[in-house]
Amino acid sequence: MALKASALKVGDTHSERVVENLSRTQIVQYAGASGDYNPLHSDEVYTTQVAGYPSVFAHGMLTMGLTGKMLTNYVGDGTLTKFGVRFTNQVWPGDTLDSKATVEAIREEGGQHFVDLALSTTNQDGKEVVSGSATARIDP
Amino acid sequence: MAKITFPVEASHIMMFARAVGDTNPVYHDAAAAKDTEAGGIIAPPSFPQAVAQFDPEYHLRPKPGQKWFGSAKGPSGIEGKPASSGGLHAEQHFEYHRHIRPGDVLTVETKPGKVWEKESKRAGKLTFRERVTEYRDQNGELVITARGVGVTTERPVDQG
Repeated sequence: MALKASALKVGDTHSERVVENLSRTQIVQYAGASGDYNPLHSDEVYTTQVAGYPSVFAHGMLTMGLTGKMLTNYVGDGTLTKFGVRFTNQVWPGDTLDSKATVEAIREEGGQHFVDLALSTTNQDGKEVVSGSATARIDP
Repeated sequence: MAKITFPVEASHIMMFARAVGDTNPVYHDAAAAKDTEAGGIIAPPSFPQAVAQFDPEYHLRPKPGQKWFGSAKGPSGIEGKPASSGGLHAEQHFEYHRHIRPGDVLTVETKPGKVWEKESKRAGKLTFRERVTEYRDQNGELVITARGVGVTTERPVDQG
């Protein structure tokens, strides 16, 4: 169901736990679905011995996808007009992530109502891994 | 950069939604999706990036007969690899003119955008490169505009 402008106010939030104890297998699953087989995400030998990271880590786009799940659960199916993120910290196997959307503005443009949202996804230590914004069409 | 043809298939959308842990029926159940406000199966919002599957030159997919930089017998299949940690994804933005559906055949064109540099305590000199990608449907209509920013770091990002 689309959100309703009349039932929203600036500062409203919606949050969800989008992944708990992220598995290496889910990262591999994302590699297969997205087509991004960068060994940094699935090849522990390469990543630790050649690239110099403590372990493999998630694709930024997996974290965007997890954040998008919270977002579409909130705004409804097919209502997004914009969705953008910055990847601010890496996401590691074992991480548990919470995503939050905060209403920044409710506005009308050419007879159509929109909501502008600020997005933030944080890990179990409270460190932000994604910050972003989105706009969705809403009902009056 | 050459144009890529991206046929959007229901099974690909289902696998992509599974990978991001999204059980919403609008991504896999045609009958249930028909009754939603989307009116049928649509793709999740970050799905357009899966165009990589259809890029014949995509550098992050192993190809038969070509050396792969990931590990095999040794830690890398390429000798004398530079010390750089390679590229990371810094930003990704999508603008949806409409949502893509199974059966769409998209033509995807990417153009390089701005390049800028920044000094960072955690990873040394950072070089940012912007790419702007347009996804057009079988009728030539612009469906999605994407803007990605990649970053190359001087050294691996310090986790301290």
